[in-house]
Amino acid sequence: MWRYTIPLSIFIIMAIFLGFGLRHNPQQLPCVMLNKPAPEFAADNLLHPGQTVHNNLFIGHVSLLNVWATWCITCQMEHPILMDIAHQVKIYGLNYKDDPRSARTWLQQHGNPYAVVIADPQGLLGIDWGVYGTPETFIIDPQGVIRYKYVGAISPEVWREELAPLVKKWSKS
Amino acid sequence: MVKILIKLVLSVIVLWFSCGYGQPTDLYVFNSDTQRQTFTELTQQLRCLVCQNESLADSTAPLAQDLRGEIYQQIQQGKTSDQVKAYLLTRYGQFILFKPKMTPATAILWCAPFIFLLAAISIVVLMLRRQRYLSS
Repeated sequence: MWRYTIPLSIFIIMAIFLGFGLRHNPQQLPCVMLNKPAPEFAADNLLHPGQTVHNNLFIGHVSLLNVWATWCITCQMEHPILMDIAHQVKIYGLNYKDDPRSARTWLQQHGNPYAVVIADPQGLLGIDWGVYGTPETFIIDPQGVIRYKYVGAISPEVWREELAPLVKKWSKS
Repeated sequence: MVKILIKLVLSVIVLWFSCGYGQPTDLYVFNSDTQRQTFTELTQQLRCLVCQNESLADSTAPLAQDLRGEIYQQIQQGKTSDQVKAYLLTRYGQFILFKPKMTPATAILWCAPFIFLLAAISIVVLMLRRQRYLSS
């Protein structure tokens, strides 16, 4: 009897750890920029060429910054949800490593959920924000501090259960 | 016997050449050899976040190219290896290092393999001792 308990308990412990490992998504890295002020930037306004956008964009209200591109299929899947929630929260777009003209055309054809779209054709702004994939969405509070980062496409469930409560929480601050 | 040896030598040769020697095709010009060395060391110590088992030096992912470009710029500006690492760590976290710094959070990561090895060896020793006791 005794000789079975040791291998069995080792197996159970390993199964627990491996079970945690299976549910772990390697693409979801902990966000190091949490609770830090949004990086300073001055970038082109995608939809109004010639105008510059600064990070005072975020001051005074809670907002989302959504990193997207026309070549990103997952972003296109996320787009209808963004159109839906655009009236519930201010969404800013970061057009990441994309051709500005294609981006403008795409928004015209499919609808524009963004209050302002920042152009980042070289991806330099993305590096400043710690972007490593698309789509990614940041929640920024009224003082311009990054409060949350979501990696991946926003689904109605993710909005309802994960992001909407946080948006509500930070809009009161 | 000779046949086995020949097969062994041939397999070693085949395996040796089967690892890829492809290099990403950016050409960076450096002002000094130390700068080039810093660049090489850094890009080999940092992880590509898209192809997560490749280093920034090896990966052909667009983000890796961007980060190599950024590292190159900073080295040109005279930043040290530590300064460049700090810049990337504040934005991407410990995961971008292949060897994360030893902190309370990463201590488990570093120590766990040795702990498991110790446990496994002790179990084997105990079992062997018991077997010897039983069979004597």
